[in-house]
Amino acid sequence: MKTDIRSTSRLRQDPLVRGLGWTSALLGVPQVVAPAGFARTLGVDDTSRHRSATTAVGVRELAAATGLLGRPHPAWLWGRVGGDLMDLAMLTRALRNHDGRGLGRTVVATAAVTAITATDVYAAVTRTRRSTPMELTAATTVTQPPDEVYALWKDLERLPDFMAHLDEVRVTGPRTSHWRAGAPFGKEVEWDAETTQDVPGQLLAWRSVDGADIDNSGEVRFAPAPGGRGTEIKVTLRYELPGGALGRAAARYFGEEPHQQLDDDLRRFKQIAETGEVVRSEGAPGGKRARREFPQHPARPLTEDELKEALA
Amino acid sequence: MKANCWTGRNSVEVQDVPDPSILNSRDVIVKITATAICGSDLHLVDGYVPTMEKGDILGHEFMGEVVEVGPGISDGDLRVGDRVVVPFPIACGACASCRAELYSCCENTNPNAGLSEKLFGHPTAGIYGYSHLTGGFAGGQAEYARVVLADANALKIESDLSDEQVLFLSDVLPTGYMGADMCDIQEGDVVAVWGAGPVGQFAMDSARVLGAEKVIAIDKENYRLDMAAAQGYTTIDFEDNDVRSALLELTGGRGPDKCIDAVGLEATHGASHVHLYDRAKQAVRSETDRPHALRQAILSCRSGGVVSVIGVYGGLIDKFPAGAWMNRSLTLRTGQCHVQKYMKPLLGLIGQGKIDPTRVITHRLPLTEGPTGYDLFKNKKDRCEKVVLAP
Repeated sequence: MKTDIRSTSRLRQDPLVRGLGWTSALLGVPQVVAPAGFARTLGVDDTSRHRSATTAVGVRELAAATGLLGRPHPAWLWGRVGGDLMDLAMLTRALRNHDGRGLGRTVVATAAVTAITATDVYAAVTRTRRSTPMELTAATTVTQPPDEVYALWKDLERLPDFMAHLDEVRVTGPRTSHWRAGAPFGKEVEWDAETTQDVPGQLLAWRSVDGADIDNSGEVRFAPAPGGRGTEIKVTLRYELPGGALGRAAARYFGEEPHQQLDDDLRRFKQIAETGEVVRSEGAPGGKRARREFPQHPARPLTEDELKEALA
Repeated sequence: MKANCWTGRNSVEVQDVPDPSILNSRDVIVKITATAICGSDLHLVDGYVPTMEKGDILGHEFMGEVVEVGPGISDGDLRVGDRVVVPFPIACGACASCRAELYSCCENTNPNAGLSEKLFGHPTAGIYGYSHLTGGFAGGQAEYARVVLADANALKIESDLSDEQVLFLSDVLPTGYMGADMCDIQEGDVVAVWGAGPVGQFAMDSARVLGAEKVIAIDKENYRLDMAAAQGYTTIDFEDNDVRSALLELTGGRGPDKCIDAVGLEATHGASHVHLYDRAKQAVRSETDRPHALRQAILSCRSGGVVSVIGVYGGLIDKFPAGAWMNRSLTLRTGQCHVQKYMKPLLGLIGQGKIDPTRVITHRLPLTEGPTGYDLFKNKKDRCEKVVLAP
């Protein structure tokens, strides 16, 4: 059993983010290498104070470039906005105290920085997401051949038997279905999904259609395991987790560790495939709810009331 | 019904609990006719196994009569009235581990597999009455028990062998046998067994059945060594002797060809300072297990020999003699017993009179005196070797 979790970084391919990264790099290099020349280009005196300020700004630009091109994150964009405001403050001061020589160049520079600031603010606001894209993967091997395992998974209405958070899946058409699930903090979410890929014995993929409470998609791949050991199952789920990183941390605090859940879901799928049902113990009588039952019921038979609740 | 329940460290009580019911379609309910206290139950009572909960029913060695059958069991497999012995690890019989006869590593029967995976790297099978780490299944020191995936596990006894003759097929006999089986015993082999409790005794009997030339028992309880000596095995009392020197003397300086650790995580050591060192580390949780027997077995075994571990370990050990193990080409083999693999052949050996499991029984008590049984066995009172309880 293997599970992985990561936030997908769409920013890495974002042309605006990359463009701003290169802008930082192109500005930062001359500022650090030739601060005196750069200051002159702006129409500012070549004093040692101006030179060191220019160098400092250059170092900041290079840091932003490294961040935006290397490990892009909205924080770098907001960092650029902060830097722009500093630059505007300095240029405003330069304009006010100007001795006249090169005033035109300073005015042009100020206009350019104002335009860049607007771009940065736009990028930072639009690239900061209120939800975090999450990708979960998990894998297991079951002894049956791929065709059988695929057929078992394709029976979507059985998914709630082993997926802890699914309450109901209703097939609504040849490629469409309606899903109902529990979400962190006792909330309930629903969405319609459509099957996007269906290759018998190999692949099933789906995604939520517009209007879902939580945008999500997923795929399951079935491949023969080496040595005639049955089928390797690889599941990938992607979804927009509401509340961003904070929501994720809070959910984890309340015991809703998403990758652990997917791992357990897949373990139960394996139990159904290989033994016919989810194994229950006196300590974990609720089957797929086992993980939410800690501290568990003692390992002793249940009373009639407990039994009704567990098997409900 | 009455059941022996874990109520805290060093505390076992007989309590009234609900009767068991079918939870899965391939369950059966058995009315227990005989059950036993195992050395590994003492690890639970002594508090060395995490995830016990107050009120857990103890016991993983039990047999009885089928009184209720789940809807998923076919008549050809089990019916009401069948007499069955139940193996302690729950196996599904269908996963890759079960197909490879590694039943105690079953991938499907532990509802808390996520926990055991965190501790052990990969999940292990469910076990009756053996903490929630192994699934939280109610144990068999009770009047009734639920048997999970019964058609893949319960062994039907159709001969007129007595309960006492077949009860230990549930655990201690196959566990001892697997200890010897993993040694791959060759003609002329000398086999040394650390621990002369029930599992150690059965490892000795099995080593002899499998062709060992000489069997050596190592313990400090004289009555247990006497029990081994009565079967013709050589004995070493580790409190009065340096075990490695004694073994060299008994083997012409070669060391035993095969060594079996039938002790596990609560070993005591002849040298009190070594024992105190590990006891202290265990108390502050900087190691969980005391591996004296294992260390001694590795240092004593002849080069190229096999060290077979059936004593239970639960966590981490210190000062594992990796240098001796690696430089002298030792093979280390181990596992919780794959009981289902050995039950039928052992039933045959019992029927043929080649192994007499009843020889280790020293105490027969009613179930309601279970706590007394624990006290006798744990504190080695009244020459206690094995306690059988009858509901």
